[in-house]
Amino acid sequence: MTTIAQLSLLQQAVFVLAALVLFASFSLLAQVRLTSAIHAFAWQGALVAAVTTLVAVGSGVHHLYLSAGMTFVLKALLIPWMLHRMVRRLRLGRHVEAITHPALVIMAGASLVVFSYWVALPIERLHFVATRNVVAVSLAVVLLGLLMMVARKQAVAQVLGFMSMENGLFLAAVAATRGMPLVVELGVAFDVLVAMVLFGVFFLQIRESIDSLDVDRLNRLSESEES
Amino acid sequence: MSALLLTVFIPLLGGLLLAVLASLSVGGWVNLGVSAASFAASVWLAAGVLDGELVTGATFHVDAFNVYLVVLTTFVGLTTAIFSRPYMAHVCQSGRVPRRGLRLYHAMYQAFMFTMLLALTTNNLGILWVSVEGATLATVLLVSLYRTPEAVEAAWKYFILCGVGIALALFGTVLVFFAAQRALSDPNAGLTWTVLYGASPDLNPTVMSIAFVFLLVGYGTKVGLVPLHHWLPDAHSEGPTPMSAMLSGLLLNVALYSVVRLKMLADGALAATQRPQLAGHLLMGFGLLSFLVAGLFLHRQRDIKRMFSYSSIEHMGLMTFAFGIGGALATFGALLHMLVHSLTKSAIFVTVGHATHVAGTQSIERIRGLIRTQPAVGWGLLVGVVAIAGFPPFGVFTSEFLLLSATMHSWPALTVALLAGLAVAFAGLFRHLHPMVYGVAPEGQQPVRANMLPVAAHLLLVLWLGLAIPGFLSQWLSQATVLITGESLP
Repeated sequence: MTTIAQLSLLQQAVFVLAALVLFASFSLLAQVRLTSAIHAFAWQGALVAAVTTLVAVGSGVHHLYLSAGMTFVLKALLIPWMLHRMVRRLRLGRHVEAITHPALVIMAGASLVVFSYWVALPIERLHFVATRNVVAVSLAVVLLGLLMMVARKQAVAQVLGFMSMENGLFLAAVAATRGMPLVVELGVAFDVLVAMVLFGVFFLQIRESIDSLDVDRLNRLSESEES
Repeated sequence: MSALLLTVFIPLLGGLLLAVLASLSVGGWVNLGVSAASFAASVWLAAGVLDGELVTGATFHVDAFNVYLVVLTTFVGLTTAIFSRPYMAHVCQSGRVPRRGLRLYHAMYQAFMFTMLLALTTNNLGILWVSVEGATLATVLLVSLYRTPEAVEAAWKYFILCGVGIALALFGTVLVFFAAQRALSDPNAGLTWTVLYGASPDLNPTVMSIAFVFLLVGYGTKVGLVPLHHWLPDAHSEGPTPMSAMLSGLLLNVALYSVVRLKMLADGALAATQRPQLAGHLLMGFGLLSFLVAGLFLHRQRDIKRMFSYSSIEHMGLMTFAFGIGGALATFGALLHMLVHSLTKSAIFVTVGHATHVAGTQSIERIRGLIRTQPAVGWGLLVGVVAIAGFPPFGVFTSEFLLLSATMHSWPALTVALLAGLAVAFAGLFRHLHPMVYGVAPEGQQPVRANMLPVAAHLLLVLWLGLAIPGFLSQWLSQATVLITGESLP
């Protein structure tokens, strides 16, 4: 096993940035103000783009530069901008969401990180690439996004969780395999963009139907319905 | 190759055309025409494949396993389009959907067909993911088409749950690509299914088993496996009925198809390890759980479309279980079951669409006396349910019989669970069906204009498959069985 000090400067930088991506996930998880949460998400996107650029420099795979640029435009600029616009339009700028049991959520988040390292353990033992640690981090980002969707009741916050899951997936692809084939990445980016547009449509539809974006109030359909 | 391109891309072009087409009365006919053209192209493709023409390359791969699903998809797409044209016109006249909504509906109908055909024929696991996610995106706005609070809720649930599930599948895909890069000389081919399948013994078994768990959870969400099924009854019951028929008859099959393809990879990678059956056992566990739980839930349903969507979960569970057992007989039975379940279930949803128009409600308690008010709809529902419950002489009986004998052969103890599950599901369906068909019709219940042609065509096909499986089809399914299991039927 090599220690971190033996790795090249570039790889150490990748580790630091990956750790910051994970940190951004935690700040997303606990951020009660929507505007600040969107900022945290934009930073996460920018950090993922930075990791991609570094991996591209290190490996010399050219299409990764393109992916990095695409991630930056999509995740750090376009989607945050669309969300900001939505929040302004729905007048949620000052909305503060009460998270039930915030300490518990953060503790659960921490244990998810431990769990991700445990899942990634057999992959790490394979000694493949020095960036294998990042696989565990990216799985943690995916699971934290999932946790955010479970813990938060506000539709915009849930979408942020969904999008940060996508960030984690992209990080995994870059770290473990130096990016998926370009056509797949383009397809994924297209799907994410369409999903974002549809989420925008849904914010309006939900607002129209229950006069709020508190998803907990969407509770008409259940098995125990007595009517 | 040209037949394949026509089959897949006609729906895409049709969808674009329908998106800009303003006239509504023409829209329904164009939708029908596009579906018919795609069906014709798929028959052409299938004829070529049957003759032994090999359609394979870096982008597309067609073999006996997916070509029969392609024909099934375009066929159900065509018959549902026949049903959908007058049905949606009726819905539009009753004012539940604005004109813009109907245009969206037709465009998304074809977009959905395109994503499913692409998912079936692509040779790239990444594109498979992109198109399965695309199928969710295409249908999610259709689920909320009626804009009632329930419909919006169902669509949101569908979007979020399937989005999360499919995200986990992408993580699994990344892991497969990761494993492939260690095993293949050309890393860029690491997502091409045919290349991966050839090299599957070299794939790292640990990585592949982790990857398969993620992929199973991901695509399993779309199959509707318990406990990931919560989106399915909601989306089926609140969306427009033609969409329910397509989701149940087609989308679930496509998701299951993806799971089976990935199981083939995992089996290859795990063959030399201590647990060669890991993927199969996972499928059996999830499948059996879905089958039993959904059968019990059938009993307490109050909404007719919800009830039949639980029946879909039940049947998908049964097929997943059978693919998990592996072996030639179980796989053959599961392939046949995919076919007959699709045909029967979409016929049932079409009939249910008419029945809800007759009664003016989806609530089971208020649908009564269909056979008196409109015998065609009443008989259609009765025969459809008899077929789906697995009565002879329908095709579902044949496939379920094959599955039961395969289970008895490999896992005798589980036969008891299967038989009990079938009995529970049967009771659940009939206790609701009987009053709906034979009960006393409420005063003033009027028949509606119903086109029972698609229903009759589907049920006759299922009957035919139950009486005698035509030679070309059994040859087809046997080829697919050999592809999946590597062994042929005794």
